[in-house]
Amino acid sequence: MTEKNRYFVSGDEAVALGTRLARPHVISAYPITPQTIVVERLSEMVEDGSLKAEFMHVESEHSAISAAMGVSSVGARSFTATSSQGLLYMAEGLHYASGGRFPVVMMNANRATALPWSIFGDLRDSLSQLDSGWIQVYVEDAQEALDMMIQAYKIAEHKKVLTPFMVNLDGFVLTHTYEEVEVPDQEMVDQFLPPFETPNKMSIEKPMNMGFSTSPADNMEFKFQQHKAMMDSIAVIKEVDQEYGDMIGRYYNGMIDTYQCDDAEVILMTLGSVTGTARVVVDALRAKGLKVGLLKIRYMRPFPEKEIQEVVKNAKVIGVLDKDISFGFEGTIYTNVNSALVRMQSHPQSYNFVAGMGGRDVSKADIEEMFMDLLHAAKGEEIERVKFINMGVEING
Amino acid sequence: MDNTAIKKINAKNITDKEYFYGHKACAGCGGSLAVRQALKVLGDRSYSVLPAGCMAAVGFIYPQMAFNSNAVISMFPGSASMASGITAGNKALGVEDTHTVVFAGDGGTADIGLQALSGAIDRDDKLIYICYDNEAYMNTGIQKSGLTPFGTKTTTTPAGKNLPGSITEKKNLFEIVAAHDIKYAATASIGYINDFINKVNKAKQVDGTSFIHVYASCPTGWGTPTETSVEIAKEAVDCGLWYLAEYENGEFKLNRNPKEFKSIPEYIKKQGRFKHLTDDQIKHIEAARDKKWARIRKNWG
Amino acid sequence: MNRPKVTEFKKAKHINDYPTGPGFQGGHLVDKNAGWRTFRPVIDKDACVNCLICYMICPDGTIYKSDDKVDIDYDFCKGCGVCANGCNVNAIKMVKEEL
Ligand SMILES: Cc1ncc(C[n+]2csc(CCOP(=O)(O)OP(=O)(O)O)c2C)c(N)n1
Ligand code: SF4
Ligand SMILES: [Mg+2]
Repeated sequence: MTEKNRYFVSGDEAVALGTRLARPHVISAYPITPQTIVVERLSEMVEDGSLKAEFMHVESEHSAISAAMGVSSVGARSFTATSSQGLLYMAEGLHYASGGRFPVVMMNANRATALPWSIFGDLRDSLSQLDSGWIQVYVEDAQEALDMMIQAYKIAEHKKVLTPFMVNLDGFVLTHTYEEVEVPDQEMVDQFLPPFETPNKMSIEKPMNMGFSTSPADNMEFKFQQHKAMMDSIAVIKEVDQEYGDMIGRYYNGMIDTYQCDDAEVILMTLGSVTGTARVVVDALRAKGLKVGLLKIRYMRPFPEKEIQEVVKNAKVIGVLDKDISFGFEGTIYTNVNSALVRMQSHPQSYNFVAGMGGRDVSKADIEEMFMDLLHAAKGEEIERVKFINMGVEING
Repeated sequence: MDNTAIKKINAKNITDKEYFYGHKACAGCGGSLAVRQALKVLGDRSYSVLPAGCMAAVGFIYPQMAFNSNAVISMFPGSASMASGITAGNKALGVEDTHTVVFAGDGGTADIGLQALSGAIDRDDKLIYICYDNEAYMNTGIQKSGLTPFGTKTTTTPAGKNLPGSITEKKNLFEIVAAHDIKYAATASIGYINDFINKVNKAKQVDGTSFIHVYASCPTGWGTPTETSVEIAKEAVDCGLWYLAEYENGEFKLNRNPKEFKSIPEYIKKQGRFKHLTDDQIKHIEAARDKKWARIRKNWG
Repeated sequence: MNRPKVTEFKKAKHINDYPTGPGFQGGHLVDKNAGWRTFRPVIDKDACVNCLICYMICPDGTIYKSDDKVDIDYDFCKGCGVCANGCNVNAIKMVKEEL
């Protein structure tokens, strides 16, 4: 790699650079903090001619996703980006795009959902849309964000998949933090990512009626197909990760990534940027001889059931860090992980840590507290099942 | 636009090919006639976008695909934006000489789809937006929309002891659209089918957004005999409750300026949705018509 | 007649026989609308002046230009009567269907 391929950019800018390399035909997006820099950079790239695409100034997120589906319905490649309220405003379109098998790619800057208003990060926006039928990946740093924009198209457009793809970045912590990234050569990306081909499109040569309605006699079959495509995407995700690594030099280990899990007694599961902090804590605790490990969940849909089971099978206790809460129950990631655990013959005990909502910092001390709790539980001590970390006030009683 | 250069379309020279065929619209559906004729004008290279609504519901019942050309159902609020996407996608792929056309109901246009329509006109995306106006949300069972006129009985504006059905006037959609300084907008009626198809043909030549608001009767929702669908849509124009006009190059133009209006009571009596109206309420409708026409005649010449 | 025709359709036996997503060939018809009719329009060819009004106003597009003025595709005519009502010379009569 030459110097010229290294850039010092924010997460949002890395997304824009990755998106440009994927050569989308049309970009339709509406501004919302902390996604705005993505669309600003992309409009500059369109203006200066370095990205040959149509930039559509839509009047809302609903129209952003609606237009993206229109683009996809004629076989062109589309991109959109949003966050929080915008993602929720798109909700109808999220389900529509997956049901229509339109492989739209979107960047979502994870941000708290109102009320109360907050422009800062948590995962309540995208996790509330877990059932919308989109592939959801959560990235850890700007480099992974850039690389995943390119992989996203390859996976989404795969003929066995044809499912929309959401790349999630923690708001501010990732979108607005500067890092050095390496930008692959366009020729290499062109080799990796062929032009979009789909049977599911309208054309003059082969007129199609799309987005049709079905009677109860056929509806479930289409829904099953969608489910099957998502399940099949697991193999595609791994293949694409491998191929990307072979060509470009960076591997992400597919559905999940692990750190110090081989002999770990307790394992903490994280998503996104907090994983970096957790690695540092693992190192510190390992230095003290504590058998702790870290599992980074990359994909929430499809869910890495088998991959998680394989990693935790020898652990005594696992913990799940959720930057979200499903009111009236527990963290959404925790629910999903538990479902994978109970399908094992015997499984570790599991605990939930709700932290970092609305942009609250998740510090090394917070993560250490989680690990210490898990280690206590491993010794048979009783700890809270769902624990809110770093609350500013007393919440019990 | 140079109108003289555009060849008139008529029964003799319009294509024989049918593009909206085997659909399941009610017998005598006015909306389906508007779709059928517009697609004949637009031909093979068209991409239709239909939001939820009757024409989407009756045209795409798998495996009965009634559009004999490209067509897609959009989200109810997103027909204009999906059409924009189709136009942009085709442009980016270098697919040339295509027509993206929306067929949206009154509710899908004047209410829930207005924002997306406004966005498309603002961007001046090349698409033809046709609103077939049957004056209510028909597909969900005849509820009031922003284009339901005063005095209409619908399932959400019941006529009873206290209310005469709908108590609001029809939204002025045509002028709302024109206020965007759109390149071409027109009103039409399936009762004046030649006028309608020639307006579609004009819209077809526009390099940007164009809009046609076509009055399209609904025997099921209006309580009219199926055979009178075209006749009643003509009468609406003749009695002045609808009008035929265009907006082009920043100017409004009235295409028909009847010296004398046909009788509103006659028009109203034929329709179940208006049966309950009292003489006073009919007078209110007449007064509203006269006021509107006084303004139109003064301003649009 | 320049219009789609009914084709035989076999329901999918395997999930892979379904189209990928809800999209299908335009103009693909599997059933007729003739059963909707209680009255059938019958054209009096002598009275007909071939003005083509009926052809223009049929909501279903079932009237077509033929060698003998106009004809009706009874497979898809729903019997709404718009044509008969619109004919200026009363050349179309609505006749009750015999069951
Ligand atoms: C977001 C959303 N809200 C509501 C509906 C329900 N809906 C479907 S069609 C329809 C009525 C359509 O009315 P109009 O646009 O006037 O068309 P028409 O059925 O009269 O032809 C409604 C309310 C929907 N599909 N989507
Ligand atoms: S309800 Fe009205 S608009 Fe809907 S298909 Fe029937 S006649 Fe047409
Ligand atoms: Mg309507």
